[in-house]
Amino acid sequence: MAEADESNKPLFAGLADVSISEDIPVEGQITVPVGPPAQDDEYSTLDEPVKDTILRDLKAVGKKFVHVMYPKKSSALLRDWDLWGPLLLCVTLALMLQGGAADKKDDGGPQFAEVFVIIWFGSVVITLNSKLLGGTISFFQSLCVLGYCILPLTVAMIICRLVLLGGTGTVSFIVRLIMVVASFSWSTFASTAFLADSQPPNRKALVVYPIFLFYFVIGWMVLTFSPSPTAGP
Amino acid sequence: MPKNVNKIQHFLFLYVILYLYLIIHILIRNSCSLINSFILEFDAENLNLLAASSREATAISIENPNNKPKKQRRVTGATQKEDDDDLLGNGDSDKTELLVGQKKSAPFWTFEYYQTFFDVDTNQVLDRIKGSIVPWPGKNFVRLYIRSNPDLYGPFWICATLVFAIAISGNISKFLAHFGKPSKHYVPEFHKVTIAATAIYSYAWLVPLALWGFLLWRNTKVMNIVSYSFLEIVCVYGYSLFVYIPAAVLWIIPNEPVRWISIVVAMCLSGSVLVLTFWPAVRDDHHRIAIATMSTIVAFHVLLAVGCKEYFFDAQDTTQTPETVASLTGNKTLPTAKAS
Repeated sequence: MAEADESNKPLFAGLADVSISEDIPVEGQITVPVGPPAQDDEYSTLDEPVKDTILRDLKAVGKKFVHVMYPKKSSALLRDWDLWGPLLLCVTLALMLQGGAADKKDDGGPQFAEVFVIIWFGSVVITLNSKLLGGTISFFQSLCVLGYCILPLTVAMIICRLVLLGGTGTVSFIVRLIMVVASFSWSTFASTAFLADSQPPNRKALVVYPIFLFYFVIGWMVLTFSPSPTAGP
Repeated sequence: MPKNVNKIQHFLFLYVILYLYLIIHILIRNSCSLINSFILEFDAENLNLLAASSREATAISIENPNNKPKKQRRVTGATQKEDDDDLLGNGDSDKTELLVGQKKSAPFWTFEYYQTFFDVDTNQVLDRIKGSIVPWPGKNFVRLYIRSNPDLYGPFWICATLVFAIAISGNISKFLAHFGKPSKHYVPEFHKVTIAATAIYSYAWLVPLALWGFLLWRNTKVMNIVSYSFLEIVCVYGYSLFVYIPAAVLWIIPNEPVRWISIVVAMCLSGSVLVLTFWPAVRDDHHRIAIATMSTIVAFHVLLAVGCKEYFFDAQDTTQTPETVASLTGNKTLPTAKAS
């Protein structure tokens, strides 16, 4: 051992002169992969046209929309989470809830900021709640799922506005009610399908109830939307 | 634009208050362990008396300090007199106060510290809700259901549900009241949500803070046998608000006597749960202070209920009931004419 140390010492002593003496056999293989470099995407996305970048993101968002509309137990929503979809849906919903009556004094509908705060703050609170109850899902994955599952309610909002163009009587109210109830249950069911697996089994109801409340409140805002009675000046 | 800023200010104000509560709670908890050790010294004699009187009860309490065995608690509660029940509760409460301090020993800046406040299962939450509706004279809500495992899930989500229930019911009742009349265009009054949220969350968090501080102060003057931690008081208040949720739904009916009956029933049920919970904590005090405390608790409870009802559900709408009903059946064409 001492001799080995002594023979090692000259190697370590002169660090400026790093040379491997011939006594120590060096074996092994070093291969360099020849051909087109594998990780090309990291620097080549700067070179591609902007249209490609945008289209790729849009396709990802669109694929997730399809997953929400036909909720099966797929992990695509959870694996590749993004927040573009929720932002798009939230802004669309908040804009459509404006009613065009911004100048009226007695407009009691939710302001843009209120809708925004409710959706985002509500999603954050629900995510914190599920994490505190022992869920294994990550923060942004949960935000992503909750945001994407607003899609049925946004579709219902569009249809409600179209129905309201036809009149505001009882018939239209019943149609809107059915639409909103259907889309709100669809939203709750879709988000439960994605999120329920990550919860401990004896607390599933505790996690699902806030999600139910969240979509119920958004559904309420969609249902009570009433446009301004006068169409123009 | 100013209207937007006002509403955002409402939200910010509310959450600043919640944040301040959290800071105060942490500071007071850390200083509370000193006070708990004083209480434990004085009550060592009580524990000895207890051991002398009923060995098996003490054995149960020592063996299972951390479990939530509701059945065992019910058996021991039913077979003993109320005094022994309180003493038993006391011995457990001091032990479990210390043990609670040991259980929640994660530092407050870690996530695990807050996870200990959500350590409940679905059936436990449902049991606690049931216990808050049915006031049973011999049984104490905190001793029976919370049992050193207070949670924040119940209070927070019951308050949130109540806020939205009141706001939505208020909107529905206003809508129904103005249904037949073409003059008033219906607008959903969304600012009511903000006001309801501020009122209910302040009640559910600030009143327990005041009550807890008051009980702590009285504990230094008079040795009370039963003492509650801050979270247990928040828990009791939060779960006692549950009965107002069906009451708020019943308030949609535009009939004034129905509303008053439902509010009185709700107040009696949840008020009696509160009274039964806090009476053991103040009855060793001077008679007048005990009575004053209980009446303050009940007064705040009544104030919240009546205030919500008066503000969100206008009584004047119900006087129009006969005309509204007539116009409902008669003039369905009026709303459509209004739109065009």
